[in-house]
Amino acid sequence: MDSKNTSKPVGVIGAGSFGTAIANILAENSDVVLFARKQEAIDEMHNLRISNGQTLHHKVTPSNDLEYVASNCDIIFPIVPSSNFREAIKDLSPFLHPYHILIHGTKGMDISLPNNSSIEDDDLILNRENVRTMSEIIRDESVVVRVGCLAGPNLAKELADNQPAATVVASHFDEVIEEGKRLLRNDRFQVYGNSDLIGVELCGVLKNIIAIASGALSGMGLGENARALLVSRGMVEMIYLGRALGGNIESFIGLAGVGDLVATCSSTLSRNFTVGSRLAKGEKLEEIMRSMEETAEGINTTRIVKKLADNYKVRAPITQMLHKVLFEDLTVEDALQYLMKYPLNVDIDFL
Amino acid sequence: MQPSGTKKDRKIYEPILPGPKEWPVVQLSKHRKQFIQEVIDETVKKINSLASDKSSLVEEIEQTLYKEKLRIKQNPWDIDPEDEPLFWARVKSKLVQISQNSNGEGAELVGTVLNDITQRYANEIAGNFKQSRYKIARSVATFGFSRLLNASRVKGFSSLWSNQLTLQDKIHLTGEAEHLRKLAKIGTVVMVPTHFSNLDSILIGWVIQALGLPPFIYGAGLNLFNIELFSYFMDSLGAYKVDRRKKNLIYLETLKTYSTLAIQKGCHSLFFPGGTRSRSGKIETKLKLGLLGTALEAQRLNFEENPESTNKIFIVPVVLNYHFVLEAPSLINDYLKSKGQERYYVESDQYSNSYKIFAFLLKFFTKGSDISVSIGRGLDLFGNYVDDEGNSLDKHNRTIDTKDYFISNGKVTYDRQRDSEYTKMLGAVIVREFHRINRVFSSHLVAFTAFSVLRAKYDNLDLYSLLRLPEEDLIIPYKEFREKFDLLRKEVFKLHKKGKVNIAPHLEGDLEDVIDHGLSNVGMYHSKRPLLKNKEGDIITKDLNTLFYYHNRMDGYGLKKYF
Repeated sequence: MDSKNTSKPVGVIGAGSFGTAIANILAENSDVVLFARKQEAIDEMHNLRISNGQTLHHKVTPSNDLEYVASNCDIIFPIVPSSNFREAIKDLSPFLHPYHILIHGTKGMDISLPNNSSIEDDDLILNRENVRTMSEIIRDESVVVRVGCLAGPNLAKELADNQPAATVVASHFDEVIEEGKRLLRNDRFQVYGNSDLIGVELCGVLKNIIAIASGALSGMGLGENARALLVSRGMVEMIYLGRALGGNIESFIGLAGVGDLVATCSSTLSRNFTVGSRLAKGEKLEEIMRSMEETAEGINTTRIVKKLADNYKVRAPITQMLHKVLFEDLTVEDALQYLMKYPLNVDIDFL
Repeated sequence: MQPSGTKKDRKIYEPILPGPKEWPVVQLSKHRKQFIQEVIDETVKKINSLASDKSSLVEEIEQTLYKEKLRIKQNPWDIDPEDEPLFWARVKSKLVQISQNSNGEGAELVGTVLNDITQRYANEIAGNFKQSRYKIARSVATFGFSRLLNASRVKGFSSLWSNQLTLQDKIHLTGEAEHLRKLAKIGTVVMVPTHFSNLDSILIGWVIQALGLPPFIYGAGLNLFNIELFSYFMDSLGAYKVDRRKKNLIYLETLKTYSTLAIQKGCHSLFFPGGTRSRSGKIETKLKLGLLGTALEAQRLNFEENPESTNKIFIVPVVLNYHFVLEAPSLINDYLKSKGQERYYVESDQYSNSYKIFAFLLKFFTKGSDISVSIGRGLDLFGNYVDDEGNSLDKHNRTIDTKDYFISNGKVTYDRQRDSEYTKMLGAVIVREFHRINRVFSSHLVAFTAFSVLRAKYDNLDLYSLLRLPEEDLIIPYKEFREKFDLLRKEVFKLHKKGKVNIAPHLEGDLEDVIDHGLSNVGMYHSKRPLLKNKEGDIITKDLNTLFYYHNRMDGYGLKKYF
């Protein structure tokens, strides 16, 4: 397919597995500049046309020059882990202008705490202002206002295999949604629009907690009844939390919410799922983290969201129990026991 | 303890433009007819582009007709022109003609009807700035008020002609006054003040003049023109009329076009972005974005006409602070009623006639209750601060080219939805700035403390039950009150240090003095005082509703958690 956008290439920041997959999808419609920070990654892309195990589309050009990316691309997709996200945007920021459009694909949260306090403090009270979604980081750190995000059931390995899938582009700006659709859409990739940017970001963030729990159930050898129970109660918990943090309920029952939740809870491919599964088999968190190449966003998210739920008095038993398992040495079996005895049994009370 | 302005507050400002000839508003009124025609043409063009075809345009006109007839029947005002029913009857008969005539003639007729309606609205809205009147109003305001002031403050017969005290002693101008003057010289300023009292318009008019700025145009509620005194002032200060009863598309578009074009022509403008006076006494948090959007539109049109245009529009937030709001009792009643559970009868509007207003002004100037006007830093239309040269700055003080906000694929483009999103963003920044430059007065803080203590004491009651409690249940022991006040004041100082709020100098005095100052000033002219000390020295209230009103002023700073 030839480029519909005659003028400029599209930028992708971050050549991880998802970033590479998105770059390849974008390349079906436009020229793409794929930024990687590490020289080895750039070399591999140049010499072997491979990034993160995926063969690069011929229209993808590697680069490790942020200024080059910003001055040549009006539309940029930052897809870097949440722990590096703020730094990446800070580095990019001097080259950005209000005409840029940024659509990120990172499903995590960022915290900025006052000096001398840490997320590991038990008595830390975490406020919404201390916690930023990725779009909020972009707004904080740059002059770009036309911001959007990608979220949905988009397991990188399946995208790389060219399997059919769909995603949500969320933004307050119709223009951003339309550009996202134009750039991403192809015969195997469908794109939906949503104006609830924060809600859609939170979907992607919160589902990672449930994904770890799902992995844990699977690691214990439990079957589909248990998983279905977790997915549907997890959904309710996501809605409570999402609402408290500024999202709309509607987004959670869409593709980015329930869609992504089902995919990550069922797929053994997901990093978060793997963490849960290995925990259930008795491994310690440190060992698991050490042996993983890319971050499982759900671990950090659980820590943050637990504190937020405490502060805003949101009922979030799954998050709470998972927090105990991850950081307070509770066994997966005991956590499950607790949840099965949880007294509040209202099915739906938010619609 | 009588707080007074510092020397800086009392500075005299030279006019930034030499004479009235250069005032954009004078230019506008000189070419009034031509300008109105421009408004009509632009509005008709816009409405045609909004309506997808002839039938939807006819539908729009039918809607307008229906709403207007309903308004004339259900909500007539004295100032409504007498030929209104006739005009709309004619519109109706033309619509009948159109429905019988589905060919080309019909389409032409639709055009005429739309033009007629727009023309009527545009003429109705248009201000009528008269230089001579402006001068009179201005001298009445400054000369008259300072006479009163001197007569009351400086004793002795001859003091009536003394110039020892001026309005500046009464009204403290703080904040970015010089910055505002610079911006008004290099671009077009849109001032956006908070709105608590009908006095605001007069006060702002005085501030603009005192700063040496040329007159600003602004949309004033048509209802105010019912009262002669206000009508006189506002007509002469360059006000155009906004009729809030008319909510049809044609009217709203005409109004917006009027504002957009005037700003484009360089007329400094004033919007009360809260729309109406704050009913609850809270600083506005939800702004009406319609008129604010016209500033953005004017800026975009400037860029469309000339991409290199340096004609920039600046937004300047302003916060007005009073110890006392004359209308407080009726405003808070409105608020409580609108929340659905109040059943008092509503007192008549305190501003019902010129005499009452004059009586109030006399009281105000003779008894002394200070007012402060905080001028915020200039913003561009996207919420970025601007420097004295009008450059937009990002958080790292890098210059931003604001044209870039309108650019897609390298060109300035029009995207209605994008513009409205920008206006929302700007609204949020204005709200933040309001809270930041708001000056805490002793009276605000005593009201907040007292009401919050009572609220916490009866936390099992809902607001309405609380407000119905008898007076004898509403006594706060002085010691408890002082402790809480002390705590809150410290928190306010902390917020001030973080740059999240401003404070009046009188707030920093000795604890007891500040409390006394607050108690004697909070709602000082109400017949039922919101706060008093009883014989035992404890704190009592005669009117919990107005106390609630004054307490609301400190809403939005996260101070509730201390109760």
